[in-house]
Amino acid sequence: MPVVQVDQVHKRYGPLEVLKGVSMAVERGEVVAIIGRSGSGKSTLLRCLNGLEPIQSGRIEVAGHVLDASGRGLRALRKDVGIVFQSYNLFPHLRVAENIMLAPRVALGLSKRDARARAEATLAQVGLAEKIEAWPDNLSGGQQQRVAIARSLAMQPKVMLFDEVTSALDPELTGEVLATLEALARDGMTMLLVTHEMAFARRVAHRTIFMHQGLLHEEGPSEALFGAPRTLELRQFLAGGLK
Amino acid sequence: MIRQFGIDEFIFILLSARWTLVLTLIALSLGGVFGFVIALTRVSRFAPLRLLAGAWIGLVQGVPVLMLLFLSYFGLALAGLDLPPMIAAGISLSLYAGGFLGEIWRGAIQSVPHPQWEASAALALTRAQQYRYVILPQAVRIATPPTVGFVVQLVKNTAIVSIIGVVELARAGNLINNATFQPFKVFAVVALIYFCICWPISLLARRLERGMHAGRPG
Repeated sequence: MPVVQVDQVHKRYGPLEVLKGVSMAVERGEVVAIIGRSGSGKSTLLRCLNGLEPIQSGRIEVAGHVLDASGRGLRALRKDVGIVFQSYNLFPHLRVAENIMLAPRVALGLSKRDARARAEATLAQVGLAEKIEAWPDNLSGGQQQRVAIARSLAMQPKVMLFDEVTSALDPELTGEVLATLEALARDGMTMLLVTHEMAFARRVAHRTIFMHQGLLHEEGPSEALFGAPRTLELRQFLAGGLK
Repeated sequence: MIRQFGIDEFIFILLSARWTLVLTLIALSLGGVFGFVIALTRVSRFAPLRLLAGAWIGLVQGVPVLMLLFLSYFGLALAGLDLPPMIAAGISLSLYAGGFLGEIWRGAIQSVPHPQWEASAALALTRAQQYRYVILPQAVRIATPPTVGFVVQLVKNTAIVSIIGVVELARAGNLINNATFQPFKVFAVVALIYFCICWPISLLARRLERGMHAGRPG
């Protein structure tokens, strides 16, 4: 029984159709990379999975929550699906601890002590235990992104979505974030990553999906997909897109 | 009989400044409540509410405070509602303050970056929780300097209610001048008292503004 099930999803911005009938499934514990040119719909697909973008038709089921065009049941779904953004989006008026504790406290109803325990645990997980009282502004980009990951993990999600989480970082800072993602993957977290880090996708993702013009163009085990791309478009993308 | 401008006259003017302060506080608290409601309505997801609040702000900002005052004092009297001048003054100044504060605060709410909404929505917060824990705390920081700046305008604009006979600072000056015919002395004192009220508030606004740029969240 897949933990993410996407059936014939269509998404339009006005006259522009960004997703033209996407279907896919992700099993529990699977790490799936989504690659493709900008404008291919890969980020949009990810954002549809937790309802940040409403869909016009089709059906999305994540961790047992069904999302359709009506948009009902969103909050229940979001308790089980974490997302980390390219631009971190920490809350600048709250310290690291409060950034992480906020949602467990107000959305899950945890006590302050339990929420604090989760903040400590998830910060340790991303290697930033000592930054618990820091202000977001005083952290490097890489550290902010790891706090954002910890903030999502504190909800104990069943699925984690990562939307180009290293794209805003200086090259020397991407390593620490990728290492955090790799550790998560090893721990068995179900993960979908939209990424431009091809080497990372090939090494860490069990499966890679190549999106092209709003459709799932080619998919397969990462090693096979990167090693022997079957379609012309993917070959062209990999030839030009490898950084 | 012409009186000299002496200590008694000075004290009369000084004491009347308390009504200026009382009016400011009324307008600030009532207007603050109006303004808060208007600001939230202006950023509401329901278009009719947004339009209604927008029209209201347009009306309040497009009409002189004097007209709001006349409408609540003379206008309501015609409609059979005879308000004491002080109440009419309080109402009209509150409407005025509400319109301006609402617009200042709407701008502050909207200048909180959109990703803050997305990040908090993705963490399963309800709309009310997003406002309470994420958006409003950041908006308050943005809104504080212009709000304090507006209070200065408000203090000075209370002078307008002297027209319907409320004896606040400006009206007290007028009364004393009528008795002493020493306009320069009298109104210099009145102006000085306004200045003593407004200047510290201006300084505060400026300091808050600097603090916003250099300061650390907290």
